[in-house]
Amino acid sequence: MGEVISNTPLEYRKIAANIEKNSKVLDLGCGDGDLMHYLMQTKNVNAQGIEISEDAIYSCVEKGLTVFHSDIEGGMDAYPEKSFDYVIMHNSLQQVQKIDYVIEECFRLGKKVIIGFPNFAYIWARKDLLLGHSPVTKTLPYEWYNTPNLRFLSVKDFEKFCKEKKYKILNKFFFSGGKEIKLFPNLFAQTAVFVISK
Amino acid sequence: MKNILENIETQYFKFDKLVLESGKELKDVTIAYETYGKMNENKSNAVLIVHAFSGDANAAGFHKGASKPGWWDNMIGPGKAFDTDKYFVICSNILAGCSGSTGPASINPSTGKPYALDFPVVTVADMVAGQKKLVDHLGIKKLLSVAGGSMGGMQVLQWAVSYPEALCSAIPIATTMKHSPQQIAFNEVARQSIMADVKWNNGNYYDTKQSPDSGLAIARMIGHITYMSDTSMEEKFSRKRKENNAPSGFASDFEVEGYLRYRGDSFVKRFDANSYLYITKAMDLFDVSGKNFVKTAKNKDTNFLVISFQSDWLYPSYQSEDIVKQLKLKGYNATYIEIKSTYGHDAFLLEVEDETKLVKHFLEKVYKEAENG
Repeated sequence: MGEVISNTPLEYRKIAANIEKNSKVLDLGCGDGDLMHYLMQTKNVNAQGIEISEDAIYSCVEKGLTVFHSDIEGGMDAYPEKSFDYVIMHNSLQQVQKIDYVIEECFRLGKKVIIGFPNFAYIWARKDLLLGHSPVTKTLPYEWYNTPNLRFLSVKDFEKFCKEKKYKILNKFFFSGGKEIKLFPNLFAQTAVFVISK
Repeated sequence: MKNILENIETQYFKFDKLVLESGKELKDVTIAYETYGKMNENKSNAVLIVHAFSGDANAAGFHKGASKPGWWDNMIGPGKAFDTDKYFVICSNILAGCSGSTGPASINPSTGKPYALDFPVVTVADMVAGQKKLVDHLGIKKLLSVAGGSMGGMQVLQWAVSYPEALCSAIPIATTMKHSPQQIAFNEVARQSIMADVKWNNGNYYDTKQSPDSGLAIARMIGHITYMSDTSMEEKFSRKRKENNAPSGFASDFEVEGYLRYRGDSFVKRFDANSYLYITKAMDLFDVSGKNFVKTAKNKDTNFLVISFQSDWLYPSYQSEDIVKQLKLKGYNATYIEIKSTYGHDAFLLEVEDETKLVKHFLEKVYKEAENG
């Protein structure tokens, strides 16, 4: 178990630090369930996930997790209001069709929403654009023809979005290459994590 | 040979009466059942397997001299999904069936003759009430799990509705909270084909040495069409013709025709036509949707693993999704997966590898939670 925890990505540890013990968590687009599993181990949360990939569901069940095989939009209406303390969308927001709707749904289901996404304005992505082609970076590893991402947003874009929607930003973290970025995140962060509330 | 269950014998649990949902009493009741593996000291490792429409108590292992194992043998046994090295597995034949449990072909104690249509209407809730008596008789207070596909899945849901306190977990597979008009329609065509057979004789054929075999065979043929998918039929038969077979009137030219006839003919040897009527009716009447559904979860209530199959058009995935949505609304922990498969409804008996991965880990988790209180 110790090894699992020491290998944990910094992002997971930062997310865990923002989650209270024994709380209820919904992870939208939970993938193999690594984050949920980590939160259960370290914070004793009651976690549930929604995931579209069948292969990922087997991994979740193997870890003893509760998971609903569905796309995010279709899976959320099953829960009653305020069923969760936290709704997490880590690296799945950019693959969602109806962003406004999904985030509103997140607030229907949970008190706080934690959103992590790859930053499209990262310096090396900008370099790719300057050279005249679509960015391919570590957190945006896809070519234009095979990317599952529907949305290409930056740290600034998301902050503007929160302002327009009057969402409160309770906390925010930025990462690049496994390290936390404090200065000029819109330029240097590959990934951003925001904790927001209404 | 070590991982084969051998010399399995069906056992019979008898009790004096069961008060049915209709208020009527069924007297001198027998329930056929089998068990595999060993019960642990505190009787906390029992898993009840409930069978589909035409199944029986022999879910796993070989009866003495039998060439074929039980109907879910690839899922139940040492080291398998329902691991008999760890769990005590029970499978009981349903009431109204014809494989050892009391049904319309049984002797009516008040007349000394087979019941035929005097057999009372038995619901899925009645079948489950009978199973509960068996589980009580075995001294089990709480089942680790109850699992089954198709009509077995209906019984699983009924267990969760009727006896939530007696379950740690439930595994409904390829099933529904209620039959859609399409599902009722298929059953009705099957029933009509039995009742249209003159040999059915209003259900009174047990003494006549002739039974409604052609009606029952057609009913089974319809069933088999609904259990497969367009793709699986194409893969299995395509438009292949039987050997040495020039088109000849209405003999069975195509392999698919031969297959259905074979299935129909072998079914009548083991199944009772009146049981077919009673059981399909019980399925059609089954409805645990809406306010009939499971009560809101308190702490540490039943865990669910709900499984559906992509090409199953008889029990389509949306019906399983509805189950999960209802469970979530009631606050239950429910895992749902739609397995990619081309086998249609039959997938629940065939997609063994995927089901094993799920059931094995799910049961391990539930067992660990149950043991740690």
